[in-house]
Amino acid sequence: MKYIDEYRVPRAAEQYVREIRRITRRSWSIMEICGGQTHAIIKYGIDRLLPKQLRLLHGPGCPVCITAAEHIDQAIELALLPNVIFCSFGDMVRVPGTSSTLLVARAAGADVRVVYSPLESVAIAQQNPRHEVVLFGIGFETTAPAIAMAVQQAQMLNLKNFSLLSVLALVPPAITTLLDDPANTIDGFLAAGHVCTVMGYREYQPIADKYGVPIVVTGFEPLDILQGIHMTVAQLERGAATVENQYSRAVTAEGNLPAQKLIRDVFQTVDRNWRGIGSINQSGLALRPSFGDFDALHRFTLGRSHSQPELRCISGLILQGRNKPHECAVFGAECTPEHPLGATMVSGEGACAAYFRYRQQKIEPGGSIKDITK
Amino acid sequence: MCLAVPGKLTSINAGDPLTRTGTVDFSGIFMTVNLAFAPEAAVEDYVLVHAGIAIGTINKEEAARVMQYLAEISQSATEDDHR
Ligand code: SF4
Repeated sequence: MKYIDEYRVPRAAEQYVREIRRITRRSWSIMEICGGQTHAIIKYGIDRLLPKQLRLLHGPGCPVCITAAEHIDQAIELALLPNVIFCSFGDMVRVPGTSSTLLVARAAGADVRVVYSPLESVAIAQQNPRHEVVLFGIGFETTAPAIAMAVQQAQMLNLKNFSLLSVLALVPPAITTLLDDPANTIDGFLAAGHVCTVMGYREYQPIADKYGVPIVVTGFEPLDILQGIHMTVAQLERGAATVENQYSRAVTAEGNLPAQKLIRDVFQTVDRNWRGIGSINQSGLALRPSFGDFDALHRFTLGRSHSQPELRCISGLILQGRNKPHECAVFGAECTPEHPLGATMVSGEGACAAYFRYRQQKIEPGGSIKDITK
Repeated sequence: MCLAVPGKLTSINAGDPLTRTGTVDFSGIFMTVNLAFAPEAAVEDYVLVHAGIAIGTINKEEAARVMQYLAEISQSATEDDHR
């Protein structure tokens, strides 16, 4: 496919790896923020091709993984209400809340529908005027415009039976939370390309300045990731800490202005609880009071969730880059994609699921990049 | 979740700014995509699609940067070797 295949050429990847080896003198830890990047890194074995001094830490950029159990409990409670059609992205229906999943609720009779686009839920509300349609709004800045658009279309259509359970989250506050941690070991970041397609990257410069970390906006294909790593290491080795843009074919400094405007019109920032990490100031998006009629939490009265974390699951540490999945005692044993104990084993972008899928089989020492086009 | 896929815009359907759509070709799979956030996109452009919505247009000139950068760093490596 155009604009995909040309970024998977094995020879160019090998050349990038050589160049990274050539410039790396000291030890560095680099965190890729986005779960999509984690998935690509593990799938193509990029981490194994890098010099020993470079450690890739997997970041919290997996919306499914960081959605708190209490919100999944709310989703399940809403879905089980009579007369409700509950719309969710596919990955989310299998993630365990405190004691159940949306999939289990569906088996118990709830009308849970998987949508690819939030706009589908608006169409469902139009087609089902006697039902209440609730959209589970998860995601980061990449997805926020689509969800904002669904709400605005519902308003334009004067729909009275559409509402949103918003658990949208913002990336920069999570980065500063990781950097504020006294135990932080992250030297540089690959910022999430598509988040920046929407938001641009100006808001990252103050973070790079304050904490002295390079931040390189990076794409998702193997060559993108390798170039992003090269740019980050080059900055680290020369003592620089600034924002650079590897993904310039899809990202500009100012981002997508119409999308940002709609996000601002529809949402306001609120504190958000991140699964495994805890509450992060002003890291979530909730509907503005002017859109209160579309807020599922206003429209329905829900019980309080008594969320209790699964004690054996260390996904919080994994999402902060402190541990790798295979360091979890139950990884691959009690916890598998078929029987996930934590969200990082459910989502294809969760680090645990990526390690389970691609790191179960033995890989020859030395690493090989020949499979990069698969 | 933040996956966005590039596809070629093959036609644009009229509509008000918030509901303007187009047909996008993903290597033979055609999909209707909302274009409200890609007002600049023209037929033949590649748009980046996430959750049924175009969140941007691929910049053709910048698309070659990944290979240019590689050529530049390899070039400076050879120069270093000759020094
Ligand atoms: S392997 Fe399972 S239990 Fe362990 S951290 Fe990952 S999701 Fe949690």
